[in-house]
Amino acid sequence: MLSDITFGQFYPTTSFVHKLDPRSKIILLIAYIVAVFIADNFWGLLAAFLFLCVAIAFSKVPVSAVIRSLKAIIFLALFTFILNILFYAPKEGDTVLFWRISKEGIITATFFASRLLLLVAGSSILTLTTTPVNITDGIESLLKPLTYIKVPVHVLALVMSIALRFIPTLADETDRIIRAQKARGADFESGNILSRVKAFIPVLIPLLISAFRRADELGNAMDARCYTDGKTRTKYKKLSFTARDLVSVILMAALITGIVFLNIYDPILF
Amino acid sequence: MRIVADKITFTYNRKSKFATRALDEVSLEIAEGDFLGIIGHTGSGKSTFIQHLNGLIPVESGRLTVGETDLFAGVKKNKKQLKNLRSRVGMVFQYPEYQLFEQTVFDDVAFGYKNFFPEADKEEIKAAVFGALDLVGLDRSVLNRSPFDLSGGQKRRVAIAGVIVTKPEILILDEPVAGLDPLGKNELMALLHRLHKTSCKTIIIVSHDMDEVADNCNKVAVFSEGKIIKVGSPKEVFNDYEGLTALRLDVPITEYIAMKLKEKGVYIDTDFSSEDFVKKLVDFYKNVK
Repeated sequence: MLSDITFGQFYPTTSFVHKLDPRSKIILLIAYIVAVFIADNFWGLLAAFLFLCVAIAFSKVPVSAVIRSLKAIIFLALFTFILNILFYAPKEGDTVLFWRISKEGIITATFFASRLLLLVAGSSILTLTTTPVNITDGIESLLKPLTYIKVPVHVLALVMSIALRFIPTLADETDRIIRAQKARGADFESGNILSRVKAFIPVLIPLLISAFRRADELGNAMDARCYTDGKTRTKYKKLSFTARDLVSVILMAALITGIVFLNIYDPILF
Repeated sequence: MRIVADKITFTYNRKSKFATRALDEVSLEIAEGDFLGIIGHTGSGKSTFIQHLNGLIPVESGRLTVGETDLFAGVKKNKKQLKNLRSRVGMVFQYPEYQLFEQTVFDDVAFGYKNFFPEADKEEIKAAVFGALDLVGLDRSVLNRSPFDLSGGQKRRVAIAGVIVTKPEILILDEPVAGLDPLGKNELMALLHRLHKTSCKTIIIVSHDMDEVADNCNKVAVFSEGKIIKVGSPKEVFNDYEGLTALRLDVPITEYIAMKLKEKGVYIDTDFSSEDFVKKLVDFYKNVK
């Protein structure tokens, strides 16, 4: 029932993108997001889209997996699309089709919706090609400078990796509890929203208790192995930049330059 | 209620590349009144099989009949039918105390009853809860306590009471004594025998403890890699030391001793329950004398 919940939808294979250092992937993603945001016309978005296609091609991730990751956002994209059409105030010189819906409104709405989809598709490349553990390692390494202002970066990263580690465990547990309560006649599928939410109380309480129990046990196990945080710890997997990372950074720089250029030049499309 | 499974097959994650076959054409007949023990190592399909019996896992292919309810693949099951089935086929999962959630023992035990019989009035609920509590041997003084304040053994009894409160005719328990101390184990098995004699006509237990199976069950089914390798009385099933150890299964201690005695030329004809074994051994000893 819950087996389809995959957090960090990592797609296991080896590819150019998979082999990139997680830190560069995170930085590249941030740069990509910035690029998509500074693009103020469709040419810019098209450039970002082409870049995305190249990235997908080099990641060997099936296009269907990327599209699947868009499923969650498609509703939001549609919603903003419709709102943008309705709330676009036609300016002078705009072609109003009927009521307050104008050609320019539809164009703007399409622009924002495509921007949203491009953003999500881009982020999904990161999660599809990088294991959650590697993402956490990357974030930890990138945030390292913050340790100088006494931010417990290592502890935060540890909390994050423990949380990620326990998602499948708790999903299994949830599944088990749901079945146990179903065997006692619990009904999770009928009734209105309120009664359905209420129906989950018999699942949530045991789940919460078991999460606390596991946290206690994990804490004890870590204590028993003398876990300490801080500078003395070494890494099993050392992150390192390679020529691949350099190539991708150059490509990303090209994308941003291209978008800035297209913003200024702005060939007339419509 | 009789259970007839005919070639049921089940695959987890059927559509993905992680597909694993959990059951492979399993056929088994469980008669009313059986005390069945299901044994097999981890991942052999035992848990998947028992969850078919009350419709928690829909039959993928094959035929399964529980009482008069058909759970064939393709037969549309309506909710009412499934609910009715689940009230008559009680299922106690592993570590059932982890499913407790209500504020008082009374409410937790009543949960299942209220779900299955929404039209029941207060008196009926009370009678059912008291009955279940008496059956599992818990004092009524615990009724208003929080189930989380009880000891491990008591919690498990509360959880079992929460299942038998609907007086199921078939009771299925997945490793009911796991994690209990020896005294708790004996008490729980005694409780199951009490139930077997009174309300639950058929009891099915999944177990790793061969002594427990040899001592309590009249029928044993051995699962391995999604198939049933062997079915029969404990005597038939356990009289095969090599076969069972090849499946990475334990044998009852009685069988081990019987085998060692046989090596020394002493043959004891026993059904491997400790009671019978001791009796036969004493008989043998007296005869020799």
